[in-house]
Amino acid sequence: MSTQDSEDQTIRCLVAKVGLDGHDRGAHVIARAFRDAGFEVVYSGLHKSPDEIVQAAVQEDVDVLGISILSGAHNTLVPKIAEGLESYDAFEDTLVLVGGIVPDDDREELYEMGVDGIFGPGSSMGETIEFVRENAPER
Amino acid sequence: MRELVEQLLAGKHRALARVISKIEDRSPGYRDLVSDLHPHTGNATIVGITGSPGAGKSTLVDKMAETYRERGETVGVIAIDPSSPYSGGAVLGDRIRMASTIGDMDVFFRSMSARGTLGGLSTATTDAVKALDAFGKDRIIIETVGAGQNEVDIVGTADTIAVLVPPSSGDDVQMLKAGILEIGDVFVVNKADLDGADRTVQELREMVHMRDASPLAGTAGHHGVDSGSAGERDPETDDSDDEAWTPPIVETVAKTGEGVEPFLETLVDHRAWLESSGELDSQRRERYEEEVRRLLREGAGELVRAEIDRHGGLDGYVEAIAAKETDPYVVTEELLAPLRGTVDD
Repeated sequence: MSTQDSEDQTIRCLVAKVGLDGHDRGAHVIARAFRDAGFEVVYSGLHKSPDEIVQAAVQEDVDVLGISILSGAHNTLVPKIAEGLESYDAFEDTLVLVGGIVPDDDREELYEMGVDGIFGPGSSMGETIEFVRENAPER
Repeated sequence: MRELVEQLLAGKHRALARVISKIEDRSPGYRDLVSDLHPHTGNATIVGITGSPGAGKSTLVDKMAETYRERGETVGVIAIDPSSPYSGGAVLGDRIRMASTIGDMDVFFRSMSARGTLGGLSTATTDAVKALDAFGKDRIIIETVGAGQNEVDIVGTADTIAVLVPPSSGDDVQMLKAGILEIGDVFVVNKADLDGADRTVQELREMVHMRDASPLAGTAGHHGVDSGSAGERDPETDDSDDEAWTPPIVETVAKTGEGVEPFLETLVDHRAWLESSGELDSQRRERYEEEVRRLLREGAGELVRAEIDRHGGLDGYVEAIAAKETDPYVVTEELLAPLRGTVDD
């Protein structure tokens, strides 16, 4: 019985664009790279509100939530998403990543909030994928 | 595990999402999970939406969900996208189209990829539908690109199947002839505001007509119109015969929501027909039978795999076959022998 049921768990990711920032080239590149790494990627589309991201992350039961923010609004938007996930008991076992432009001064605060990784300009794709593979929650 | 089922039945979205993941992953114990859900199923109406890429399936599903929500009904959607045969990865993009009901948790939208082996997806879909049904969703919609046998199997989980056809798509209509036509209970010409829509409606009407007139009517079609006397029936004039179902053709513009209400009405009509003709019952029975057969096939496959492992894999056999020392049939027989022994006893 147990041998039949032990198919490998596929890593599911939500690549999310939140807020007014309309640049999603980076999100597309990530989505593609994740797909090629064998992940299942749900892409949120542009201009989503934190609530919408939370809804998508909960319903899709993703292991990884990658939030792409280039607008500088991360200090407002990320906490809202974190709270939302919390309200569904979904924050603890979701690997939350932030990508985009995050000034060094803000990083500590995001990490304290529970963000698991921050990937700014110049991050290598291989590193990011490796990070996800290593840190995706065991369920 | 039992706790998870309880939470799901209590209406916790997180639990529902997690159950579907377990079903998809086939993680240990998922069978027991689905078994526990089974008694709570059977209350939802299940609609399958299929059609070629770009036909407007996701947009139509969005508008359907919106309309159902306006009526106070809850909705579950399973959207299936292909996965890469090489990396196994997938980009699941149907969610983007769900703009009308976004933020509304009573629309539970779940993307699934066609991962795993043939038949595996049908099992996962069937089980995920059960989870949504047990959760208490009133309407369940399965959305998938209609391209081949796999898709036909998937939408087979639905009570009613709607096939979307974009206008002036001579080629698509050709494709429909090859198989999708038989499975449609309702045909939707979406993007009906575009040129060529009338023509497509006309072509479909002819095809539906031919299907009814064909001597195979009644046996073809997975929803088995079971009256054999399909001879000279005219779908336009004959409504006295409530035994057979003639697929209606509706026109919609999903983007604006035009025609969505009439489309939903045809779904209601079909549902009523299913119930009054007794087709609903026999269809569900057929489905359970198919499900058991599929699970048996999977189980048997597992047994065979275990047997192969016991023999240390197939490499040695393949080598011997290549050297003409034996042949595939003999090898198969040898591997099956122990299993056959237990069956014969």
